[in-house]
Amino acid sequence: MKVNLKVWRQKNNNAAGKLVEYGLDNISPDMSFLEMIDVLNGELTRKGDEPVAFDHDCREGICGMCSMYINGRAHGPQTGATTCQLHMRSFNDGETIIVEPWRARAFPVIKDLMVDRTAFDRIMQSGGYVSVNTGSAPDANEIAISRTIADEAMDAAQCIGCGACVAACKNASAMLFVAAKVSHMAVLPQGQAERSIRAERMVAQMDAEGFGACSFTGACSVECPKSISLDHIARMNREYLGAKLTSENV
Amino acid sequence: MAPNQLSTMELQSKVPAGPLPEKWSRHKFALKLVNPANKRKYDVIVVGTGLAGASAAASLAELGYNLKAFCFQDSPRRAHSIAAQGGINAAKNYQNDGDSVFRLFYDTIKGGDYRAREGNVHRLAEVSVSIIDQCVAQGVPFAREYGGLLANRSFGGAQVSRTFYARGQTGQQLLLGAYSALSRQVANGKVKLYPRTEMLDLVMEGGKARGIITRNLVTGKIESHSGHAVLLCTGGYGNVFYLSTNAMGSNVTAAWRAHKHGALMANPCFTQIHPTCIPVKGDYQSKLTLMSESLRNDGRVWVPKSKEDAQKIQKGQMKATDLKEEDRDYFLERRYPSFGNLVPRDVASRNAKYVCDEGRGVSKTGLAVYLDFADAIKRDGQKTIEAKYGNLFEMYEKIVDDNPYETPMMIYPAVHYTMGGLWVDYNLMTTIPGLYALGEANFSDHGANRLGASALMQGLADGYFVIPYTVGDYLATIGPADKVSVDSPAFKQAEKRVSDQVQRLLSINGTKPVDEFHRALGLIMWDYCGMSRTAEGLKKAKVMIQALKKEFWTNVRVTGDNEEMNQALENAGRVADFIELGELMVDDALNREESCGGHFREEHQTEDGEALRNDDDYAYVAAWEYTGENQPEVLHTEELVFENVKLTQRSYK
Ligand SMILES: Cc1cc2nc3c(=O)[nH]c(=O)nc-3n(C[C@H](O)[C@H](O)[C@H](O)COP(=O)(O)OP(=O)(O)OC[C@H]3O[C@@H](n4cnc5c(N)ncnc54)[C@H](O)[C@@H]3O)c2cc1C
Ligand code: SF4
Ligand code: FES
Repeated sequence: MKVNLKVWRQKNNNAAGKLVEYGLDNISPDMSFLEMIDVLNGELTRKGDEPVAFDHDCREGICGMCSMYINGRAHGPQTGATTCQLHMRSFNDGETIIVEPWRARAFPVIKDLMVDRTAFDRIMQSGGYVSVNTGSAPDANEIAISRTIADEAMDAAQCIGCGACVAACKNASAMLFVAAKVSHMAVLPQGQAERSIRAERMVAQMDAEGFGACSFTGACSVECPKSISLDHIARMNREYLGAKLTSENV
Repeated sequence: MAPNQLSTMELQSKVPAGPLPEKWSRHKFALKLVNPANKRKYDVIVVGTGLAGASAAASLAELGYNLKAFCFQDSPRRAHSIAAQGGINAAKNYQNDGDSVFRLFYDTIKGGDYRAREGNVHRLAEVSVSIIDQCVAQGVPFAREYGGLLANRSFGGAQVSRTFYARGQTGQQLLLGAYSALSRQVANGKVKLYPRTEMLDLVMEGGKARGIITRNLVTGKIESHSGHAVLLCTGGYGNVFYLSTNAMGSNVTAAWRAHKHGALMANPCFTQIHPTCIPVKGDYQSKLTLMSESLRNDGRVWVPKSKEDAQKIQKGQMKATDLKEEDRDYFLERRYPSFGNLVPRDVASRNAKYVCDEGRGVSKTGLAVYLDFADAIKRDGQKTIEAKYGNLFEMYEKIVDDNPYETPMMIYPAVHYTMGGLWVDYNLMTTIPGLYALGEANFSDHGANRLGASALMQGLADGYFVIPYTVGDYLATIGPADKVSVDSPAFKQAEKRVSDQVQRLLSINGTKPVDEFHRALGLIMWDYCGMSRTAEGLKKAKVMIQALKKEFWTNVRVTGDNEEMNQALENAGRVADFIELGELMVDDALNREESCGGHFREEHQTEDGEALRNDDDYAYVAAWEYTGENQPEVLHTEELVFENVKLTQRSYK
């Protein structure tokens, strides 16, 4: 099949960027979207041009590295999937495909389709953990955890930290990402001791990073490749308000 | 046969004396300690933030050392460990089904076809129980039974249920646990993180590892980092085959550059080829996807009995479901009546290759076999099968666009894991003082074949429970003053070496993109140093690799420049190292005149085509020493001593 690409090219963070058009013939519908970009990059290199920079690693939907905004949607037209899980058969022969980076103040563009998501790491550093030193843990079966609770924790813990929720949100809010982590730890017995301070600190860091406010439109959850539910945002709001009422931290 | 180039270097495994179960405790007691107030006077460099690196960096920081942690991804959380699906073993015996530390030890030694050290493997089994405790305390949401206690599943090569799991995302959850511990230490100021930073050289001075040279992947800046010890936790080198289940960025560069400074590379030809992966579709293919081994519990593997039927299927004139029962060959069940579809990974892979080589493979390429769930669905109902494998079936459908409930899945073997790696002693130290290797980057625990769910265990064992003791011994011995400044000539020269290589890659300005060389190398390795090897093929491969190397250094094209994000430049350096490693793998495979685990030499097989080990001459670790550009590497051997297990020929008939 043929495709007509319009790809965001930006030399570096300081340079201005623009959409550049490329035509590709001979694309197999079985190719993954990223393999199609590989083909483009091979052609660009042979011509002496610079290939398109983009983040990717596992190419199976788990590392959270890939991050393309395709035809106005984070990770493209498929739901419940990352960019690397998207295949060319999802597009029509001859279709024009616009490929852009995540757009958010807190995710500055590094080059082309690649953005800086270290803000997520700093949010995690502010409180996304249980304080337990290596070697000090009790036996793993000492505390029974009901299957429902374990499942709920796992539902939240599945977040891959890709940032599609931020890219999909008109306010570029990171609520879904933060809520997933707060929620994962808030439901587990191991997370109880630091439950309040964790919610407070992570929210404070999220604000400090320049992410927008949540207006609860739900766009994040729709585009989330792991279908993280909005319920976690509701839980986090409760956690946060509870924490604010009782503590003088932060 | 012992090699004729006799070692001048004695490989000291440092496995302590004494009864197997007491070795580790005795050793821990004998190791020197660094007093708590002195720990902050030591700087430790950790390269890699996968399970091994993140757990090591977090644990050492908790003890009070100053850490620097490096990874090439944008965040430590994205290391390749994140992709592990199936689970992690531990000898908890929560199921009361007869598991024990000794049994896990025994299964691992036997599964590795008797090519690993007893002492290391026993320690691994011993600390496995603490790993699960640690992870649960961090909030890892392992699967649980209705009573609220931890659930287990079974995995290949074991008759007990000892695998802990978190849905199909065990590696993700374990890594997020280690990453959260690491993040806490970043917040405490004990770890400084360097994401999007690649180690490109090791710095040596006075015979010791003194630090590393890195390239900032965003700015291109070449930087020096000095430390009292350097820990390489940089993962496996499966991508030497280009196509593998590894993440695209997984590479051998850090280990290889350390090798060039004198760290021996052990058993490089021991690679694991996993039988159940989604087959290759076309030349554009960039990576392969693993379908969990657990599928072989219910799926039946088959191909058509006749070549004619197979050809019709390949041409799309016939469908799998059109083929009558008597025209199908369930080749694993036929050849291995007692283990059937559950033979170990290497056996299943090799047999799939044989039937495809005979022209009986399916799919357009002829390089695939069926994994059929029709009988299981008939027997247990679609609901039950869906509950067990629903997410895997969905993943398959997403990639292949075919419904495995209706038509059999197609699978083919793919490179998955590398048992070989940097040689380390019992303390995980390489042959370079102060340089350690942890996780998949070392060779230590899996012999010639790794059992499922044991890599995650090993990575975390090394990082959480071994290195915190053993690195302390080295640091206490050298003392805090024994450190080299980044302004010293050793660092300046190393920086220059690195920038010279970057400039060289950028200036070749040939005609072929890096990927083309990588693909070509992968094909050579797959054809001649893959599932089945012969002396003749290996010799041919060596010549081909040498020619490829020459062509690479004269005809590769890397556009862009150093001062910016340049992924082609990153790749070029990695592929250059893979080419050299590929040649060493071929040498190693050629040297090992036996078949064991993942290493199958066609010249060495039993009458009915099974692997034939040679314990008299090859019960050793082959450790290779780099001697200079285009010079043959020198082989050193470490004899393996078995005091607690009896060596037997594996049989799955
Ligand atoms: C698809 C798949 C499924 C698997 N499933 C299982 C399973 O169910 N159970 C099991 O036990 N094992 C499994 N394995 C194997 C297991 O996942 C790996 O062996 C293990 O995770 C390796 O961990 P590691 O910490 O050694 O290295 P990795 O996780 O590979 O981490 C390597 C780190 O090193 C860094 N790095 C590398 N080179 C450099 C450099 N030059 N400079 C800076 N940083 C560098 C990377 O950025 C990364 O942080 C699976 C493997 C695959 C491919
Ligand atoms: S919540 Fe979903 S979209 Fe947001 S980072 Fe996590 S996985 Fe990505
Ligand atoms: S590349 Fe890992 S999630 Fe897409």
